[in-house]
Amino acid sequence: MTLRDQLEKIRQERKQDIKDVVDLKKLDSLRVELLGKKGPITQALRGMRDLPADERPTFGQFANTVRDELQSAIETRRDELKKAMLNKQLASEKIDVTLPGKPVAQGQPHVIQQIVDQIEDLFIGMGYQVLSGPEVEEDKYNFEMMNLPKDHPARDMQDTFYITKEILMRTQTSPMQARTLEKHDFSKGPLKMISPGVVYRRDTDDPTHSHQFHQVEGIVIDKHITMADLKGTLELIAHELFGNRFNIRLRPSYFPFTEPSVEADITCFNCGGKGCAVCKYTGWIEVLGAGMVHPNVLEMAGVDSEVYGGFAFGLGPDRFAMLKYGVDDIRNFYLNDVRFLTQFSKKG
Amino acid sequence: MKTSYSWLQEYLDIQVSPKDLAEKIERSSVEVDSVTRPSDGMKKIVVGEIKSLAPHPDSDHLKVCQVDVGEDELSQIVCGAPNVQSGKKVIVALPGSRIGGNVKIKRSKMRGVTSNGMICALDEIGFEKDVVPKEWADGIYFLADDAKVGEPVFPYLGMDDYLIDVDVTPNRGDMLSIYGVARDLGAIYDQTPKLNHPKVEEVATPAAGKVSIDANKDLAPIYKMRIVENVKIQPSPRWLQIKLWNAGVRPINNVVDVTNYILLKYGQPLHAFDYGKVSGSTIHARYAQKGEKLTTLDEEEHELNEKDIVIADDQKPIALAGVMGGLNSEIDDQTTTVAIESAVFTPTLIRKTAQRHNLHTSASQHFERGVDRGGVEEAVDAAAQMMHELAGGDILKGIVTGASYDVKDEIVNVTLSRINHVLGTDLSLDQVTDIFKRLGFGVKLAGETYTVSVPSTRWDIHITADLLEEVARIYGYDEIPSTLPSGPTTVGALTEKQKLIRDSRHVLESLGLNQAISYALTTEDKANQFMMRESSETHLSWPMTADHTTLRMNLISGLLDDVAYNNARRVKDVALYEQGRVFYKDSADQVRPSEHEHIAGAVSGQLVVDPLKNAKNNSIDFYQLKGIVEKYLENLAIKGDVTFVATDRYPEMHPGRTADIMIHGHYVGFIGQVHPTIAEAYKINQTYVFELDLDALIEMPKDMDQFEPISKYPVITRDVALLIDKTVTNAQVLAQIQKKGGAYLKSVELFDIYDGKNLPNGKQSLAYTLTYQNPNATLTDDEVNQAFEKVQKTLTSELGAEIR
Repeated sequence: MTLRDQLEKIRQERKQDIKDVVDLKKLDSLRVELLGKKGPITQALRGMRDLPADERPTFGQFANTVRDELQSAIETRRDELKKAMLNKQLASEKIDVTLPGKPVAQGQPHVIQQIVDQIEDLFIGMGYQVLSGPEVEEDKYNFEMMNLPKDHPARDMQDTFYITKEILMRTQTSPMQARTLEKHDFSKGPLKMISPGVVYRRDTDDPTHSHQFHQVEGIVIDKHITMADLKGTLELIAHELFGNRFNIRLRPSYFPFTEPSVEADITCFNCGGKGCAVCKYTGWIEVLGAGMVHPNVLEMAGVDSEVYGGFAFGLGPDRFAMLKYGVDDIRNFYLNDVRFLTQFSKKG
Repeated sequence: MKTSYSWLQEYLDIQVSPKDLAEKIERSSVEVDSVTRPSDGMKKIVVGEIKSLAPHPDSDHLKVCQVDVGEDELSQIVCGAPNVQSGKKVIVALPGSRIGGNVKIKRSKMRGVTSNGMICALDEIGFEKDVVPKEWADGIYFLADDAKVGEPVFPYLGMDDYLIDVDVTPNRGDMLSIYGVARDLGAIYDQTPKLNHPKVEEVATPAAGKVSIDANKDLAPIYKMRIVENVKIQPSPRWLQIKLWNAGVRPINNVVDVTNYILLKYGQPLHAFDYGKVSGSTIHARYAQKGEKLTTLDEEEHELNEKDIVIADDQKPIALAGVMGGLNSEIDDQTTTVAIESAVFTPTLIRKTAQRHNLHTSASQHFERGVDRGGVEEAVDAAAQMMHELAGGDILKGIVTGASYDVKDEIVNVTLSRINHVLGTDLSLDQVTDIFKRLGFGVKLAGETYTVSVPSTRWDIHITADLLEEVARIYGYDEIPSTLPSGPTTVGALTEKQKLIRDSRHVLESLGLNQAISYALTTEDKANQFMMRESSETHLSWPMTADHTTLRMNLISGLLDDVAYNNARRVKDVALYEQGRVFYKDSADQVRPSEHEHIAGAVSGQLVVDPLKNAKNNSIDFYQLKGIVEKYLENLAIKGDVTFVATDRYPEMHPGRTADIMIHGHYVGFIGQVHPTIAEAYKINQTYVFELDLDALIEMPKDMDQFEPISKYPVITRDVALLIDKTVTNAQVLAQIQKKGGAYLKSVELFDIYDGKNLPNGKQSLAYTLTYQNPNATLTDDEVNQAFEKVQKTLTSELGAEIR
């Protein structure tokens, strides 16, 4: 057998051996065996000097080709084996991605706070200040300066927790209207403010009554503020809090501190306006009271009602939350059952 | 007030359905509570005629009636009513019918005798018991003899009418009458209601000869009376009874019913006295005298005081003026002469009298909201004329007047530009004129200024703003455009305080606490717990329940109520915070408390709940909550060190697990475990709490953030483990290390605590990592070793530590 034949044989047979190797160590010994100093190719190249001079270049070329081929076959096999090993490892590392994530601590804002924050942000964006007043109020601000003198029958509408004859738990956030009007310097621009806060009524707690609840009062006073501005503003609140498909309708009503006074109804949440038991088949649900600030309120606070005027509104975040989320018992808001509090994480 | 749709139709041409009419009223005048029809939910109830009746073979009181119900054959119905009578037209509920209370009537057997339905009393077909006339209270009802057999009974009883229940606001007392509603609807629909005015047929005898009146004008600015003689008391005709019972008023007799009818129609409360029971001939409208007593028509005796207004004869009170008549002058079957009072009483006095005696009647409600002062005479005229027509009475000549004055139209001015300016509309002169005219107001126009004369029927209108409302509601709120306030721009932003409060909430939420909102009114006991300072209590003068009598002076007690609510419902893991006000008084004399923002937390059970069994239990402990408070305070970036100083001064807190929280030496709150006895009292599991004076935190100076270059020089660390007395605190060790740490000591961190086995009694092992860095150069080992040496020495010499 010529040297060339020997090499040819190695090329044929050992290539298959390389392919058959299944672990990297064996592949490495095979490499040493074939391509090492004592390997057949080195041997063959060494034996080349016995060949006639004219055959040497061709043979040398051939031997190099065989070596390169084997080398490359080993490389390929090495890559294959490495990849297979990695795949094996990855396969062994497979986890159940459906197992629960590790719990982390996170609390949530109270659902009423969420509504109040939303309202605050909306009005801040429109240039309103946010003001808060005392929860223990003077009769003067809570009633008298709101055009509710001591014997006014409308006081019956609001059962009051009195502390003394003149001091009471505020029944509404409206006293902030009077307090702010008294202080505001109209030469520095219009008054635009909202006042969110807790209010109190002498009520027995039941699913629809709470002796403590929230209100957001709003007032805008300037030289040219209209009922149309009030309507537009109320529509904006409805759209912001509930969505654009909700409409507002205004109805005449009565509050001593506004004239004209209106009550605003919003499209029924339950039926979308078609009429159902929730809205007593009217398609509308009453959500807030509003009106044009009564001249007496302005005058009592020292504001010239001939020059200045504007609107005021008062809305109840508790009622909004009940309507928006279908909460059927107002007491839920103040009992702080964790299972209740943690339901309202979505900002929708 | 239940307003009858068919009664309104007597005065107006109403083309819309009751439901649409109600919606119109709601959008233009006052709220509507409901639209109902008395016959709603009832069916197959017809007129029957009892042709004959026989005793039931097996019963003493049952009768077996043969009833013509308009079918080919007579229907046999068993009836137990005492007044059942042959020849009468009655209310028959046929088999398969539905009567009041959603009860279904079937063909049945009563003690063996077949009964094809039921003969009904009024309260069985939906009438409230208190509107059924007394004569029909204990038996079946007899319909008019001309009622057609077999036809539904509803039209014969007014049950097919629609009743619109209007909820009248305090300013719209005028809507508390049919005439008032008709006038308003007239304006809305642009119709003139056909309101009739009475003609009084008097006899020659003057009323003034019978009665004279002595009225205190302060109490009764208008007081008028008519006398009707020779009345024959009997039940009112059915049409009148229907109008009354549909309005929720029980028909009584033809005199009392007339006064009630006039109230419904005109809104003027009247009272009829039995003249024969009055002593003397003078009627007084005066304050009551102390000690006087009066039994009112409801048979309740009232002790009167000097602030009550009474109507009295020469000897005694005979009515609680404007509220309810007295039993001693009541119209009864023997009454022949009636004195009809038509008056106006001062609203505030009536309101107080009604409140004092807890007697809120239809009359008092009308007087409280005011009545048409121009309509007092018409009401008494109409009443007298009806008593003439229905009770055969002779109306004595003239009205006797005890007090009166000239009632004039109210003159109010408004300009067109003012109207459009306030409403944001673009109304024309003619449009506005038309609205005023429709309302029945007089209008004079000069330039663009309207001089509007408002009749006494609308006593709620006094000022320009009132007219603006009239224009707005008649024009229609739906027609008013939607805009947003224009004018100078204003800046809207939260104040620093508001931002810090919001941030506080967000930080505590991010640290795992849920926001709670608890009641600010609590018990006196709870109000006084967990006090951060001394304070007197603020009590309600007239609380509603024992649970809410006193304003809180801490937030923790409210949170513990919340924890208790959760624990009681087997919710063991509770992590709450609350941000709200506490109310302090420096002394009991201080009337109005000062209000302070606080923020507090309560955690019970695990803050993070891992349901996997092999996860370790993470029940809250002091250090976990302390970590939360530290992180929160770090977020507020208040200048100065935060320190925790052990304290046992709060009786509601665990004496060994509570710390005052100090910032730069100022007390800002406390943290710790709720005392086991308090926890037991609240029925809560082990709970850790903190409370902070948020106002103080807000006011404290804050660190301004400033970029500090990150050193490129390496840090070198050294660990030291100390065997030290248990009485030595971590804070002491840290202070000592800091004191002698040298210029390059960057931080010290506790990394191990051990006080278990193998340690001498009373000793603990603490291990710290000290980190050194020179921001400007590479530190050498020598430098660090020297500094570290000093620390070790001082710990040994100052704190008796053994370096391990």
